[in-house]
Amino acid sequence: MRLMVDHLTLYRYDAPVRSIVQSHRLTPSIFAGQAVIDWEVTVSGGVEGARHRDGAGDEVRGWTIAGPVTEVAVQVRGTVETMDLSGVLRGHRESVAADCYLRDTAPTRIDPALAALGESASGADMLSLAHALSAAVSGAIAYRPGVTHAHTTAAEALALGEGVCQDHAHALIACARYRGIPARYVSGYLFATEDGTMHEAAHAWAELHVAALGWVGFDPANRCSPDARYIRLGSGFDAQDAAPIRGIARGGATEAMDVTVAILQSAQ
Amino acid sequence: MTQFNEMYHGTEVRIPYARLQDWIATMPQELRSLKQAEAEALFRRIGITFAVYGEGGDPDRLIPFDMFPRVFSGSEWARLERGIKQRARALNAFLVDVYGRGEIIRAGRIPGRLVYQNADNCRTPSGVSYMLESREIMMRMFPDIFRENRIEPVDTYSEKLRRTLASVAPAKCNGEPTVVILTPGHFNSAYYEHSLLADLMGVELVEGQDLFVDGEYVYMRTTEGPQRVDVIYRRIDDAYLDPLCFRPESMLGIPGLMDVYRSGGVSICSAPGSGVADDKAVYTYVPDMVRFYLGEEPILRNVPTWQCGRPDDLAHVLANLPELVVKEVHGSGGYGMLVGPKAAKEEIERFRAKLAEDPANYIAQPTLALSTVPTFVEEGVAPRHVDLRPYCLVGERIELVPGGLTRVALKEGSLVVNSSQGGGVKDTWVLAE
Repeated sequence: MRLMVDHLTLYRYDAPVRSIVQSHRLTPSIFAGQAVIDWEVTVSGGVEGARHRDGAGDEVRGWTIAGPVTEVAVQVRGTVETMDLSGVLRGHRESVAADCYLRDTAPTRIDPALAALGESASGADMLSLAHALSAAVSGAIAYRPGVTHAHTTAAEALALGEGVCQDHAHALIACARYRGIPARYVSGYLFATEDGTMHEAAHAWAELHVAALGWVGFDPANRCSPDARYIRLGSGFDAQDAAPIRGIARGGATEAMDVTVAILQSAQ
Repeated sequence: MTQFNEMYHGTEVRIPYARLQDWIATMPQELRSLKQAEAEALFRRIGITFAVYGEGGDPDRLIPFDMFPRVFSGSEWARLERGIKQRARALNAFLVDVYGRGEIIRAGRIPGRLVYQNADNCRTPSGVSYMLESREIMMRMFPDIFRENRIEPVDTYSEKLRRTLASVAPAKCNGEPTVVILTPGHFNSAYYEHSLLADLMGVELVEGQDLFVDGEYVYMRTTEGPQRVDVIYRRIDDAYLDPLCFRPESMLGIPGLMDVYRSGGVSICSAPGSGVADDKAVYTYVPDMVRFYLGEEPILRNVPTWQCGRPDDLAHVLANLPELVVKEVHGSGGYGMLVGPKAAKEEIERFRAKLAEDPANYIAQPTLALSTVPTFVEEGVAPRHVDLRPYCLVGERIELVPGGLTRVALKEGSLVVNSSQGGGVKDTWVLAE
């Protein structure tokens, strides 16, 4: 499938800020399931800085924006050819040991309810256990935007029984780690079909490390594994660690952020 | 438990201490009190009142200084030096390995759990200013004994440190590297040490707000405009390096620093993440690292250690609790520690409960027969237990200053040398051969 991405993030400040530093994970991952046709990231008034590939295989790029500014636009445009690999992250180069992803973080910390949810799943092998865990999370947290926020933890989302893709991913990561399966957070894009069954164009899901296959993606928010409708950007221990854009503005102004994402299928 | 007295072998004086025997025998009591008061005044005047980093306690408290030096013969030190450098090489290889292919874990020599689930917990070992100042003060007060003994100098440390830092400058650096010391600020208990080292090396002492990232590099704000920085000797924890990476809510640190570091625009010493080698549980595997990476037998032995996270070890520890020392894996400062032979029954039982609750958080060791060195006490001179903190620098070369920080447990019979719990410091001599 050929997908076109148009992703604009607009930061507005209520007073001019002195300087802004950003770190981007905005380049599609290199693996057998996707290939970049063209891709461009621009930052209004920004100087492109250091660029490196991190231990998890993601390309990370730094940007600095000299002030005073009251508005910064981060524009991502590109085209990616994707393939359905049933969620398997084949041909991805990374150096971090999978066992590192057994370590928990604040938003993915286990609590008795998450542990019970993790216990409730069973499978004959690791892969079927992973599927069962993902299904359990889908069943326990209903998709509902607006009830959770950026800092909601997996435990809080489960207690609410509602949330968005970030909450589903955090809960699945917590349950998987509890069952001894390394798990991580993945950020990317999702091509939403017109009937409205798929949620969130700027999307997130989880990857679980299944010994025989390596990293396999699970999207509990949509009850499936990533396929040709997904574009993978990068990963981390949790949402914050895997964020496509991180930034800090110096100057003590209040920031407002506006995101518009359009994912279209290219007719070629 | 046999105790090794570093000065006396039975009634005989060991050779390295021979001259000190006369020194002490001929020193009048009044002079001793006078000199002790003078030493204290000197320490106060230079303002070196910090607690050894990570030990807590009142930052304005003076650590007691004991005038009786701790002495190594040249050959004793030569062996220590070989052993310490060997360990440094192995630890360095370990860090390269665990952030790469993880061969030592694949080979089953170190459990991956210990390494990969380790929350980085880097502590910058400080106290080097005590080594430098103790020597300075001893030389000022007792010039004669420095004439009579040929003692290796320790003031080469700052030059060695500067050379080591310059040697790790990134490939992108052209010309003489610009080195800075990054301090958390004057409220930090080790600030004196940071400013002393900056002075001695002739480099800038900066705080996070003095540095900024622009494009591919890090710059320091100066009165003559921005100056590019090549090497950052950081005396702050990983968590405060870059808020973009570690603590987004924090205004401390230098936003974007980690991106510049990872792309080779700046070097950071010690490298972020190196704290994994500073973990007490990982530490017990250093002899295995020496064998695995260097193919050598360890010159220095480790203290035998039981990992309470292992069921067999835990059973042994619980069965022998009154004889053992139990420490928290991430603990420091002698807190959260059980010294079995000195502990009351209730304290032992309290630890038994803690161990049952979270065994992996503890290690245990036999009560160490730390050696003793004569120390000035109320009644005259008496043996007190000591340890040694050497300062090893790893850059292009591995360097060690002949000396270090000797901490002494001033309470009779005590094995706890931490300054927050009645410990003091001594000048440490290495005699030239």
